[in-house]
Amino acid sequence: MSNRIDQTFARLNAKGQKALVTYIMAGDPSLQETETLVLEVEKAGADVIELGVPFSDPIADGPVIQAAAERALRGGASLRKILRTVASLRTRTQVPLVLMAYYNTVHAMGEAAFCRQAAEAGVDGLIVPDMPPEEAGPLEGPAAATGLQLIYLLAPTSTPARRTMVARRCRGFVYYVSLTGITGAKLTNLGDVRRNVDKIRRATDVPVAVGFGIATPQDAAQVAGIADGVIVGSAIVRQIGEHQQDPRMPERIGQFARSLKSAMAGSAASPA
Amino acid sequence: MQQLPNERGRFGDFGGRYVPETLMPAILELEQAYVRARQDRAFQAEFAGYLKRFVGRPTSLYFAERLTKRLGGARIYLKREDLCHTGAHKINNSIGQALLAIRMKKKRVIAEPGAGQLGVATATAAAMFGLSCEIYMGTEDMQRQALNVFRMRLLGATVTGVEAGSRTLKDAINEAMRDWTTNVRTTNYILGSVLGPHPYPMMIRDFQSVIGREARKQVLALEGKLPDYLVACVGGGSNSIGLFHAFLKDRRVKMVGVEAAGLGIESGKHAARFAGGKPGVLHGTMTYLLQDDDGQINLTHSVSAGLDYAAVGPEHSYYHDAGRIHYTSATDDEAMAAFDLLAREEGIVPALESAHAVAEVVKLAPKLKKRQVVIVNLSGRGDKDVQQVARIKGVSL
Ligand SMILES: Cc1ncc(COP(=O)(O)O)c(C=O)c1O
Repeated sequence: MSNRIDQTFARLNAKGQKALVTYIMAGDPSLQETETLVLEVEKAGADVIELGVPFSDPIADGPVIQAAAERALRGGASLRKILRTVASLRTRTQVPLVLMAYYNTVHAMGEAAFCRQAAEAGVDGLIVPDMPPEEAGPLEGPAAATGLQLIYLLAPTSTPARRTMVARRCRGFVYYVSLTGITGAKLTNLGDVRRNVDKIRRATDVPVAVGFGIATPQDAAQVAGIADGVIVGSAIVRQIGEHQQDPRMPERIGQFARSLKSAMAGSAASPA
Repeated sequence: MQQLPNERGRFGDFGGRYVPETLMPAILELEQAYVRARQDRAFQAEFAGYLKRFVGRPTSLYFAERLTKRLGGARIYLKREDLCHTGAHKINNSIGQALLAIRMKKKRVIAEPGAGQLGVATATAAAMFGLSCEIYMGTEDMQRQALNVFRMRLLGATVTGVEAGSRTLKDAINEAMRDWTTNVRTTNYILGSVLGPHPYPMMIRDFQSVIGREARKQVLALEGKLPDYLVACVGGGSNSIGLFHAFLKDRRVKMVGVEAAGLGIESGKHAARFAGGKPGVLHGTMTYLLQDDDGQINLTHSVSAGLDYAAVGPEHSYYHDAGRIHYTSATDDEAMAAFDLLAREEGIVPALESAHAVAEVVKLAPKLKKRQVVIVNLSGRGDKDVQQVARIKGVSL
């Protein structure tokens, strides 16, 4: 069964293009606004959209995303409501949607119930940043049964054995964390990123997307020369936070996404 | 009884390793290093040596004669962890983990403060071993515990304020985990209680189980029999599992863990995970948590900072569901009354955490026969709490 994520990467690959993956915190500042933002960044060229599910204690995230989660929670966002937002978006867009949720929010709903409802709503993939494959037992069965793609993270610290094991468990794409740290940190060593992405490619045919620390069109262009997908999170979330009061905020975010996408187009010919 | 946890760090359904991939290799490395150290006589001898000469172990098992008379029931013994260097059981664990860091050639350790006691204990161990030490602490807690902050700085530690979230313990843990994620190649995270991802709950239990091994020998020598009850307060659960562990196979020994009921369970302002929580994942482990229906972690309340946390150690969740350990709770007011009682009857000012255990003994002992024996873990001394108690009593110093 081919899912929207696979189709998107295949379509881009055929054209020699790379995927722009944008992260926004669902419910920041409101779920209504999230719908507008999703449509806006899609129009601007985002190929896959990650929706963060706010959690009170996000240990893998830096201050920018934590602050967004706090705003979303104050605004009343919850996993159940986010699934309703996704269902509503699905009447208007077929862009691949990936939820990024800490394990406890999924567990509170029940792993099987979550997978069923997420798939029904039109979610394509799931990233659980605090769940290594070793702990994925309760999710993998229901996810596979409902066609929800489980995306795991690999990091610079991952050993060769883990790299192979984790990469082979990934569906949709492999999420390579560009740096030893949390979201919002600065990207430094592109040489290392390239070497690690190449090693992951030897372990799996699933596309590799790189995230953490990609903040500018220049960063995006450089990473597009290395990987199949470029994930931009904190840089977008920061701007959403800074322009909350601005009625033109969604358009500004769209413009930023467009600048990322066009920078990537300039450097797409990758040596893969 | 089977070996707990299993090789995946599970105590039945509880425990495990819910951490970002960046940390997984470090946690696996820590586990390997610890499993080796655990079987290594030289490591165990070195650890025991520091516990004896630096911490001052064994701590005494003290018959609380006046308290026993006053309550008019069971014979009450206090396991005097308050007599440990730095004033609480936490140092047992800090020494163990610092020794392990040295074995792993890590030169830097980080910690969160717990009730301040862990921060002081870790800063102390780091100073003694010449490790660099950074303590993350919520700015709200830094204000409440200005004295402990100063003490940690005297010991050479860097104390870093955390502004995020509720600015208390769980935010400090979030920040320490982020530091560890960023500096994992050079740094060991010294966790303060039997919490977090495997191997921490097992390792910290092992380091603290010296408490129960001593108490078992001591009570056999003093009373010629095993105790009828063991009572200890449960924050993360390290002093309690430390006391209980050596007695788990002694089926007749009953065990009571005391959580913080804060302003009362009904008020919602408490930290009684077994009374008000359900299983979930926080800070790397599956365990009973105070959370809402969406899985967001609740804010907790206790007069005692060391019990004021939304999760309990996974091994406790296992023994709770298995029915081997009984869990109850004591309110702020009950703990304050027990604090006064122990000071006046026995000349011992307990930590507010430990006062929760004493509060349970006040309820339990009168219901027992005079020949029955209760051991209560006096996990720490109350010097750190004196300022706060004065404030609560409306006394200006
Ligand atoms: C004196 C004392 N007792 C008890 C505790 C609670 O922790 P645990 O349940 O791990 O023993 C603390 C925590 O800081 C403490 O300082």
